[in-house]
Amino acid sequence: MESFTRKLLTIVTEAALETVLVQDVEKLGAHGYTITDARGKGHRGARSAGWETDANIRLEVVCDEPTAERIAAYVRDHYYENYAMILFISDVSVLRPEKF
Amino acid sequence: MIDPVILFFLLGAAAGLLRSELRLPAAVYELVTIVLLLSIGLKGGIELARQPFGALVPQMLAVVVMGFALALLAFPVLRYIGRLKRADAASIAAHYGSVSVGTYAVAVAYLGSREVAFEEHMPLLLVLLEVPAILVGIVLARGFSRGTRWGSVAHEVFGGKGIVLLMGGLFIGWIAGPDGLSSIEPLFFDLFKGILALFLLEMGLITAAQIGGLRRHGLFLVAFGIAMPLFSGLIGAGLGTVLGLSLGGTAMLATLAASASYIAVPAAMRMSVPDANPTLSLAASLGVTFPFNVLLGIPIYYSIATWIHG
Repeated sequence: MESFTRKLLTIVTEAALETVLVQDVEKLGAHGYTITDARGKGHRGARSAGWETDANIRLEVVCDEPTAERIAAYVRDHYYENYAMILFISDVSVLRPEKF
Repeated sequence: MIDPVILFFLLGAAAGLLRSELRLPAAVYELVTIVLLLSIGLKGGIELARQPFGALVPQMLAVVVMGFALALLAFPVLRYIGRLKRADAASIAAHYGSVSVGTYAVAVAYLGSREVAFEEHMPLLLVLLEVPAILVGIVLARGFSRGTRWGSVAHEVFGGKGIVLLMGGLFIGWIAGPDGLSSIEPLFFDLFKGILALFLLEMGLITAAQIGGLRRHGLFLVAFGIAMPLFSGLIGAGLGTVLGLSLGGTAMLATLAASASYIAVPAAMRMSVPDANPTLSLAASLGVTFPFNVLLGIPIYYSIATWIHG
């Protein structure tokens, strides 16, 4: 089966950012995204999702490499300083490249 | 006699401090909050159906002014005595100018168990008090000019579940009236204290989780978290008396003035003043002021109101 390589961009951050982050990601060229609730611990402390201001989300986008880099750069410039956030990019194989 | 709902709060706090496994599922906590907000809104709406709206306008304007004033008074204390960063001082000031629905609900239970009546349109004033301090906080932190996205601030504030459900409850109660609501009374009114008990159990757990933040940021926040509500409570009691509220209404307005937000304001500040450290403001409002108000504050504000009404 033929498969194509695309980038999987994963952002784990505060749930408070969800609305603006989704707008940013779509504006920067993502065709879609997936959000899941998340909890964990980082250097800004444990975020246990016990209630609203303590909740985290994981936002995943499958896209081509330029889009992934554009989103990563934008998010780094706008949110890294003040928000609990990590971001990583990995290679994934997809079957329908035109979707991403 | 200590109210059983307070014992639930203490149970939650003790469980949290002992690092118990206890945790209310997020969806249950969400539901409990929704029911509380709606039942508070509905109660107020019923009262709005009974009296002409125009008569309430002076009170409404007065509490909005109080919301602005409390945040403006808190700011210099935080900035110059507490020596906090500008953004942090502005954010904490916004928390203390705004209100906590949870504290209001405990005051409802407190006055209810003493059979003290209060003006039932209080939830309308509660909604009005949520907003002004948020605006003050943003302007204090960033000034008017520097590209605040006011559109998204408005969306954050007015689209938040607190305002939507309180306003929604007010409207439903207003339109349906006391007779129309009798069919849903069992859930929203009869179960109020049981729901409040569950809410306070979770609040106890959340409060206990703030202690860490408090330990790091020290004595000033503890002192502020107790002194500020006492001061605001006095202002609220004074305003209530000037507005001609009953004994219960005065105690209620004092409680509203004294309470500090921990839902609407943190969300709005996170978006609009991102450089403010949320650990500081939550440690103060949740770690100090909420438990103080629930355990000691409300009886104190009630005594102040009784004393003024002498």
